[in-house]
Amino acid sequence: MTTAPLRPGTSPDLDHDEPLLVVEDLTVRFPTQDGEVAAVQNLSYSVELGKTLGIVGESGSGKSVSSMAVLGLHDERSAKISGSIRIRGREIVGLPENKMRKLRGAEAAMIFQDALAALHPFYKVGDQLAEAYQVHHSSASDRDARRKSIEMLDRVGIPQPDQRINDFPHQFSGGMRQRAMIAMGLINDPSLLIADEPTTALDVTVQAQILDLLQELQREFNSAVIIITHDLGVIAEMADDVLVMYAGRCVEYGTTKEILTHPEMPYTWGLLSSVPDVTASTDARLIPIPGTPPSLLNPPTGCAFHPRCTHRDKVPGDLCFTDMPELSPAKANAAHVKRCHLPDPDAIYQDVVLPEIAPDLVKDNR
Amino acid sequence: MFAYVIKRLLSGVVVLFLISMSVFLLFWFGPSEPAQTICDNDTSNRCTPARLEVFRENLGFNNPWYEEYGTFMKGIAVGRDIQFGSTTVFECKAPCLGYSYRTKAPVFEEMKTRMPATFSVAIGGGLLYLALGVPIGVAAARRRGTLADKALVSGFLVISSIPYYLFALLTWLFLTISWEIPLFADTGYFPVTDNPAKWFSGMLLAWCALGAFGCTQYTRYTRGSMVEVLGEDYIRTAKAKGLGANTVVYKHGLRAALVPVITIFGIDFGTLLAGTIFTERIFDIDGIGLWALQAVFQRDLPVVAATALFGAVVLIVANILVDVIYSILDPRVRLS
Repeated sequence: MTTAPLRPGTSPDLDHDEPLLVVEDLTVRFPTQDGEVAAVQNLSYSVELGKTLGIVGESGSGKSVSSMAVLGLHDERSAKISGSIRIRGREIVGLPENKMRKLRGAEAAMIFQDALAALHPFYKVGDQLAEAYQVHHSSASDRDARRKSIEMLDRVGIPQPDQRINDFPHQFSGGMRQRAMIAMGLINDPSLLIADEPTTALDVTVQAQILDLLQELQREFNSAVIIITHDLGVIAEMADDVLVMYAGRCVEYGTTKEILTHPEMPYTWGLLSSVPDVTASTDARLIPIPGTPPSLLNPPTGCAFHPRCTHRDKVPGDLCFTDMPELSPAKANAAHVKRCHLPDPDAIYQDVVLPEIAPDLVKDNR
Repeated sequence: MFAYVIKRLLSGVVVLFLISMSVFLLFWFGPSEPAQTICDNDTSNRCTPARLEVFRENLGFNNPWYEEYGTFMKGIAVGRDIQFGSTTVFECKAPCLGYSYRTKAPVFEEMKTRMPATFSVAIGGGLLYLALGVPIGVAAARRRGTLADKALVSGFLVISSIPYYLFALLTWLFLTISWEIPLFADTGYFPVTDNPAKWFSGMLLAWCALGAFGCTQYTRYTRGSMVEVLGEDYIRTAKAKGLGANTVVYKHGLRAALVPVITIFGIDFGTLLAGTIFTERIFDIDGIGLWALQAVFQRDLPVVAATALFGAVVLIVANILVDVIYSILDPRVRLS
């Protein structure tokens, strides 16, 4: 990916000498009648301008909850948030609502999965875009906002945008709705764009178009992007860095290349094993991860993944059952961290897991 | 849209036809002798079998029911002549709903004089349903789960568990009789054209009772609908755009939450317009409801039939209006 030159008006040097978005030790808890649910625990990551972070994990692993915290979308009565989230060096945990509101949709925007549900069914697409523009450009006239909406719809590849802005979301096709959603997210040139499973509700050909569009727009706007997905194919295509989440925690974090070639956490292996590959030989097996994600109300003792882990016997003693592994650097690359007790996970991956899921790859290497 | 309304009106006519026939048959084959009332009335309770027979003959009760139903329907369409006793013949103009057995006045004319009272009750009460119920419901939905919300919901549940007639009666007993609040001293219907202030103060207690009781339902509907809508994805989108809390709640939330509330309101308002028996009886308002009640007691069958038909017309129109408003509120509902 080549980085486009910065647009005029955006200053490359930030207030602080740190990435655009820094999340440190983020914990989100929801008190419920049955006890407190820790949906996200001790999560840390950062995203730089022009870069893409992929957050991957099963449903309920805390992907969306952590990203919604970045936009302050949690109801403060029902969610307890601790830790630090900084955008351009500015702390937003505990920021009052009126200041948070100015940030949402302007500095940081979010696009959601299932655009049919995420767009308001009663308002015209153009009006919804114009509203997003005007709320952060209070001096903009209705005509300006309309012109901007048409421009954005045109930019995301909707034909005849000057007519389609008068349509309601249900008159759009699934792919066009997601394009409109992206147009709405980008209408105020946000420096951070969070895409929460943007292609989940779409069919495969449209998925590819939407991902291409997102990449293209990222290059054009030079924004930082977080893409949330459970599809490692999306990660491989889009992300510079990958954060794997399990049961509300980061279990593996590193560059995409590193994670996809030298994964060190059995959960990541499980995710890789369950990705179908059309070019692979028919001998390659598709192996599901056994079991279901744990309840966050009563998380398992020790490593949260141990009840489903097929490699826990390779760990000496009963460490997996008693101790939560710390995030520790991988052997080959210190920037790659994983949460696992296995003494030499890379060797197990290369010798045991890879031959099973990608026999072609192993044969080629030999 | 226009074609749709026409279609609905036509199907409404069919419904009216069926209702008119049921009403007619109910009193034709009903347990009471219809001619007895008018005979008693006319002879100061000295009705002999011979005189009763004269009335039966004159009123057509000796003819087959379908012939008389035809006459009844013809009267509604073009008018007809009605004979009471041996000599008096009344000319009843269309839409002729018959003559009252008791007052010997044309039913339709009498209905027209009572409509303003009932409409006054219905419009004031209906407005209060929404004006109180919707904002309280929205406020409760925004604070859902808090102590205030729980107190409000259970308090309103208590109110709506009381039978309405008891609620209205207690309102009147306390506010007008025991505490003698001057504002509510003089309840009843006074024509708005004569003295608007007196009309207003006469209706006020009825509106308050109706509104205070009915708004509890609307608070519940609105709260429930609003809680559901506030959990929708498009509300999260609206927040993520950076919109203010009130824009999110009212422009994005309430607009969607109102749709089911409007549907129920259309039916309720139609019911109010068709006559509010308890309200009119307790607050001494001479409207359609009170009239229907008296007619039932006095076996004044043309009046009973007329009020039943009137109620049906009002409800059919209310239903069509609800559908039209529905399509305006929700663009996904296309009328065709």
